Amino acid sequence: MAGIPHDHYEPNSIGEKWLYKRLPIVGLLYDTLMLPTPKNLNWMWIWGIVLTFCLVLQIITGIVLVMHYTPHVDYAFASIEHIMRNVNGGHFIRYLHMNGASLFFVAVYAHIFRGLYYGSYKAPREITWIIGMLIYLMMMGTAFMGYVLPWGQMSFWGATVITGLFGAIPFIGEPIQTWLLGGPAVDNATLNRFFSLHYLLPFIISALVAVHIWAFHTTGNNNPTGVEVRRTSKAEAEKDTVPFWPYFVMKDLFALAIILIVFFAVVGFMPNYLGHPDNYIEANPLVTPAHIVPEWYFLPFYAILRAFTGDVWVVMAASWITGGIVDAKFFGVLAMFGAIAVLALAPWLDTSSVRSGRYRPMFKWWFALLVLDFFVLMWAGSMPAEGIYGIISLTASAYWFAYFLIILPLLGVIEKPIQQPATIEEDFAAHYDAKAGGTHTIVKPAE
Amino acid sequence: MNAMFRKFGAPVAVALSLTLSGGAAQAAGEVDIEDVDFSFEGPFGSFDPLQLQRGLKVYTEVCSACHGMQYVPLRTLGDEGGPQLPEDQVRAYASQYEVFDAELDDYREAKPSDHFPKSALENAPDLSLMAKKRAGFHGPYGSGINQFLKGMGGPEYIYNLMTGYRELPECAPEDFPGYYNVAFGAGGYPEECKDEEGHPTVEGSWIAMAQPLYDDSVEFDDGHPADLHNEAMDVAAFLTWTAEPKLMARKYAGLTGVIFLTLLSVLLYLTNKRIWAPIKGKKKD
Repeated sequence: MAGIPHDHYEPNSIGEKWLYKRLPIVGLLYDTLMLPTPKNLNWMWIWGIVLTFCLVLQIITGIVLVMHYTPHVDYAFASIEHIMRNVNGGHFIRYLHMNGASLFFVAVYAHIFRGLYYGSYKAPREITWIIGMLIYLMMMGTAFMGYVLPWGQMSFWGATVITGLFGAIPFIGEPIQTWLLGGPAVDNATLNRFFSLHYLLPFIISALVAVHIWAFHTTGNNNPTGVEVRRTSKAEAEKDTVPFWPYFVMKDLFALAIILIVFFAVVGFMPNYLGHPDNYIEANPLVTPAHIVPEWYFLPFYAILRAFTGDVWVVMAASWITGGIVDAKFFGVLAMFGAIAVLALAPWLDTSSVRSGRYRPMFKWWFALLVLDFFVLMWAGSMPAEGIYGIISLTASAYWFAYFLIILPLLGVIEKPIQQPATIEEDFAAHYDAKAGGTHTIVKPAE
Repeated sequence: MNAMFRKFGAPVAVALSLTLSGGAAQAAGEVDIEDVDFSFEGPFGSFDPLQLQRGLKVYTEVCSACHGMQYVPLRTLGDEGGPQLPEDQVRAYASQYEVFDAELDDYREAKPSDHFPKSALENAPDLSLMAKKRAGFHGPYGSGINQFLKGMGGPEYIYNLMTGYRELPECAPEDFPGYYNVAFGAGGYPEECKDEEGHPTVEGSWIAMAQPLYDDSVEFDDGHPADLHNEAMDVAAFLTWTAEPKLMARKYAGLTGVIFLTLLSVLLYLTNKRIWAPIKGKKKD
């Protein structure tokens, strides 16, 4: 493996040597766990572990739920009631799975915004970023299809609306929508394929997670200074880093435990707080709910989808130029997917040579505004699209695109960054006293 | 039901246009929901079996005339954390219902292993589901924050709905269909009670159900006062139990999780501190 120089695994005993010649799996685990990690990582670097935990939690609870769930429009809703009432511990497992999705998205948003602030997406970590974005897209797909499975009112109407987005694509939209649904409308065929894919995608996500980790283990972690670990020699690299085990494993586990306290409190005391009440009514194609609202983690993009109505000049211009092919509906769909696309293109839109936002005096403010913008969009997405909310959604959507398409490219040219530390060691020494009172020796890999 | 799914593809278009153009089909008006205290609220709260038994009586004698609870097994009336009826009473209670047995191809007396009957009226919602729908802190039609702070949810909604019937407001004509209820936000309004923008000028709205509970609608076996307030409290508690039968087990599991994770995080904090000590000194200002 390329990257930061460090010691590698040496098989010692006869058994280890025997295995090593045939399958160097212990060496792989060793190198993964002993990865030299910048010693100045702050608390925003804990979300990766939280996300891994969420993936495992969702897969395990999901596998148990599948044992009791029936993917059929006549039985799905009743089988959920069966899980909640009759299956031993079923109510808790289902609430863990439901709220696990929310924890997953809390963590992924924190993780993404961490990357945006500290410039983790910049060279040479573009591949890590792009794979991360693929994981995020698959998470959204998985969560959406999972939400359809209980076959409540929001399941049904959410599926109707979201698959309808594909129907808005000119010419080929309707066949695509029919193909996705397995028929002219959301029905048993839809439920069955969503169930199948909801079970499949997490395993694809797992594979992508492995590649994500592989990619950043090759480049090394970014860190709050954005300054690379020195890698001309092992001795130099060791001044900037500590091995992942035990230093960051323990730190991350501590953070995970704190987060799980909150998680268990939510699951135990208010498990339905984040859900939509209408989903406890069985799906009824004849009754449209007054408000069709997606889960909270989709709200920012839902707001962008709805923001571009027919009376916005960009939409009118797009419609005029394309001779009406791009109407307001299709424009909204393009904007929603575009909002994620610009996020994925951040490595090429950001022209600044400085990675970390810490040393970028102007960027800091624009970034803070982006975070605020994200929450405004989330709030606007939960409101009915009328009156003042429409204007707020539109303004906030405009800023989202402006940040990536105008501000990021421009800042790199006009901003004057402040002095960065030369090395991670220097930054670390500037923040912490040289030596503390520890009594035991520093762990070093394989000496 | 399933046949309908195949027949009606049209709602797709309706939903899409609804969402993209506006969302809110009707602006729900203000509702008057008063916060009441139940024994099962908060992390340590638990159901009071006697209250659930009284609520069961209200349900049986009043609600069940129109409403049903098809997902609730009768045997759970004897469950720990529920009304805790003795086994013979569960059996006796079940026997008052008739169910269709496919094997016999005939009706027979219900057994504890059967469920409560379905709603007798087409438009009467299943009550365990209705209470469940409101069990989250979201409802009823209120802001999530208020619900979060006061812990208001399903039982408050049911209580207020039961006690929310009022005299017709002055603006309303006598013949407007339905019954005026200040806690119900999802119903219709007469034109006379709307302002120029179409928003209602009165609290609540008109509900199809006539006032079901009055003072002394039932007589409680334990001599508990049977005024409207107490009946509404008891039936709200009972319906919350039907919606969340595992509420107590869930809170217990949640609490256990919180306690052990707190312990674990203290240990992990100390471990983390100790292994980092030789590397990381005190933070400089």
